[in-house]
Amino acid sequence: MTVTPNSGLLDVTGLRVAFPGEDGPVTVIHELDLSVAPGETLALVGESGSGKSVTALAVTRLLDFAGGRITAGMVGFTDATGVTLDLTTAPGEVMRRLRGPEIAMVFQEPMTSLNPVLRVGEQIAEAVMLHQGLGQAAAMVEARRLLDRVRIADSARQLRRFPFELSGGMRQRVMIAIALSCRPRLLIADEPTTALDVTVQAQVLRLLRTLQAETGMGMIFITHDMGVVAELADRVAVMRLGRKVEEGSVEQIFAAPQHPYTRTLLAAVPVLGSLSGETLPRAFDNEGVHAQPQDTVVAKGPPVIEIVGLTTRFDVRRNFRLRARVHAVEHVSLSVRPGETLALVGESGCGKSTTGRSIIRLEQPSAGTILLDGEDVTTLDHEREARLRREVQFVFQDPFASLNPRLTVGFSIAEPMLTHRLARGAEAERRVLHLLREVGLTAEYAQRYPHEMSGGQRQRVCIARALASKPRLIIADEAVAALDVSIRAQVVNLLMGLQQRLGLAMLFISHDMAVVERVSHRVAVMYLGQIVEIGPRRAVFTAPAHAYTERLLSAVPVPDPARRNRSMVLDDTEVPSPLRPIDQPPILAPLVQVGPDHFVARHSVGGHY
Amino acid sequence: MLTYLARRLAGTIPVLLAVSIFVFGFVHALPGDPARLEAGPEASPADIEAIRHDMGLDGPIWTQYLRWAGNTAQFKLGRSSKTRQPVAEVIGERFFPTLWLTIVSMIWATVLGVGIGVLSGVGRGRWQDKTGMVFAISGVSFPGFWLGLLLIDLFSVRLGWLPTGGYGSWQNFVMPSFTLGLSVAAVMARFTRSAFVEIMAEDYVRTARMKGVPERLVAWKHTLRNALIPVITLTGLQFGFLLGGAVVIETVFSWPGLGRLLIDSVSFRDYPVIQAEIMLFSVEFVLINLAVDVLYAVANPEIRLK
Repeated sequence: MTVTPNSGLLDVTGLRVAFPGEDGPVTVIHELDLSVAPGETLALVGESGSGKSVTALAVTRLLDFAGGRITAGMVGFTDATGVTLDLTTAPGEVMRRLRGPEIAMVFQEPMTSLNPVLRVGEQIAEAVMLHQGLGQAAAMVEARRLLDRVRIADSARQLRRFPFELSGGMRQRVMIAIALSCRPRLLIADEPTTALDVTVQAQVLRLLRTLQAETGMGMIFITHDMGVVAELADRVAVMRLGRKVEEGSVEQIFAAPQHPYTRTLLAAVPVLGSLSGETLPRAFDNEGVHAQPQDTVVAKGPPVIEIVGLTTRFDVRRNFRLRARVHAVEHVSLSVRPGETLALVGESGCGKSTTGRSIIRLEQPSAGTILLDGEDVTTLDHEREARLRREVQFVFQDPFASLNPRLTVGFSIAEPMLTHRLARGAEAERRVLHLLREVGLTAEYAQRYPHEMSGGQRQRVCIARALASKPRLIIADEAVAALDVSIRAQVVNLLMGLQQRLGLAMLFISHDMAVVERVSHRVAVMYLGQIVEIGPRRAVFTAPAHAYTERLLSAVPVPDPARRNRSMVLDDTEVPSPLRPIDQPPILAPLVQVGPDHFVARHSVGGHY
Repeated sequence: MLTYLARRLAGTIPVLLAVSIFVFGFVHALPGDPARLEAGPEASPADIEAIRHDMGLDGPIWTQYLRWAGNTAQFKLGRSSKTRQPVAEVIGERFFPTLWLTIVSMIWATVLGVGIGVLSGVGRGRWQDKTGMVFAISGVSFPGFWLGLLLIDLFSVRLGWLPTGGYGSWQNFVMPSFTLGLSVAAVMARFTRSAFVEIMAEDYVRTARMKGVPERLVAWKHTLRNALIPVITLTGLQFGFLLGGAVVIETVFSWPGLGRLLIDSVSFRDYPVIQAEIMLFSVEFVLINLAVDVLYAVANPEIRLK
């Protein structure tokens, strides 16, 4: 069957996809048109629920296994021999033969996308053996070549390892090796770097771009991250609620977005460097209202919290004997003043979350002093513990998991007041309603259950709950990381507004440098459990003094195609492990002053800097 | 792998010690005087005292325990109060029929249970699934003794192909092992199905499909091995239960197994035999758990290598 428009690779016309629902089928993709030419990269952009992943499932027909159905439209695919097939009607066996040699896919979650009981080599070789008719031994040789190609060092040894022995970035490179094993003509990458750290994301993006240049394959890149889009797309299709709202070249979309939704989306994207001329943090501009600088720091008096030499280690035991230690936090000292936001940044495993958790004793620190308003709360008696837990509150990353699904939102917010005997009965109810208004929700939400609310609304509830005990310090651990961009901007603005009204101190733990630039007065960069640089946000961001800070900042994709990083230099360094033998404690880096209030660790950490 | 095995083996010692103390204490707390039972109804108080001294029952409780534990470790289990036979012999006679019956039943159960479970899981929602689950529900709810009687009626009475009961040749095994295995197979079929369905929804199964792996291989290579990991636990548990003897089935097929022995010794208050049997069951369970742990490590590299 021939399809009218023909770009030479993929032409989707009038695609409609439905899933079975309680009251008959629910259509989730409406009249979608897309095309990808060989060698071209189409970015499919949208927030959660926009249907971008379902589109990928429809094109690959993995939809058949996910319970969905294509109810209208055509997916024209031109294979290597020049024959154009309609994939919506192709028999399952035909689709199976296309998957691998013609169409390949890389998924979002590298941690769960590899089979845990099969060796890496076997999983790559399987695809090679299936589609290229190679024997076991030849396929293994090819698998090794593929690992070299995705820049995995020591490939011969890695072939024999199991997925759990590899880091997330390495697993994603293995997934890419599998996807590219049969030289597909179309690669679909569904949020392939969302679960990865920025520096690893930069590695993977460059790798994909290099490989595309080598093979000339067409690529559909599904993402919600406009920075990533600017980094590698040729054309962009913006999706919303199952419909394409706008399509154009990447320059066009960024320079002159037509559809209001595209404009909102772009406005909400935090752009690293947008506050490089300003000293104070400033909230996102909202509907044309220009936000004012966040001048809230109280310079006089003692800091709300001061930690000195905080160290948290986890023992690794085997056969009842101490074998090694995870040096999660090593001699961290910092302080936060009233009205100040200190951002704690770094990549996964750097100890930033453990630092936050150690402060309120969700983890037991091994050493160090914690002062709350100048009072030592390191050794907790009953009274001090109650005070610490009242005055320091936590907002967690996942608003879905951190609210009890069986309790109403109102009760969840009231609970800290009841626990700390701050209010009860009608007074507590009145304050719950007040807090709901404070976080931008209406009173009726008090009666709702978490599953009746969106992610952004739930995170607002979590913030209201944190405020219930009238805390002086809020520790926000990746509190906006799980939210869509437009919601993320709103929640960031909410936190900053609360800081202005209530004079809250905030420890903002995040890996997202662009958001950190927005919210923080000061920044502390962590690497392998230690603070390698700490100072005023403007100084750290414009004149980073530590090589790791510089690397972290340069890895952030900039949402501007004109500033695309064209360098093809690939870097495959792995972050070393904080797990150390017991007789080898890490070398502590003393901090040296390099500017006003700006300190940096001046010697090698983990053998890298 | 060897160090893993050695470690797990060493780990069983405290468990066995705890179990032995519990068993000893349990029997000790039961009413009835073992020395009087041992001596018989005609014995004089002096005779009873002499026997009490012989059995070490006049010493402090911890010496009694040490003596009993030491003897038990050397298989010196005393004599049955009922038949005066050494307990080791009484149990030995019954142990092997139960062991073989258990093994043959578990082969039935695993082949049928896992097979039906996988077929149901692969054809989820289709006729294979529905048939499989009808089998599973019937297998669980159908009483074993009734199935046994029906089988005897058909194959022994009407067709005359198989003996009605007893222990000896392979023909004796067919009906009791099938009857016993069927109820276990039903449970395993359900369990395998749900594990299978769960694994089929995993991301790595989607990856396999995206590689163009044929559905047959997706099921047997990518899904089954992961789905079997929880099934191993269930198999171990069921194996342990069956080793304890199946009173009803043994009675229906006049099988000389441990289940009937236990009932007999309980009704006769044959304490030495009861004690030895409980100890035996505990040791069996500990060993089965050990085997399950080892199989786990074989199936799951993450346990093996970490």
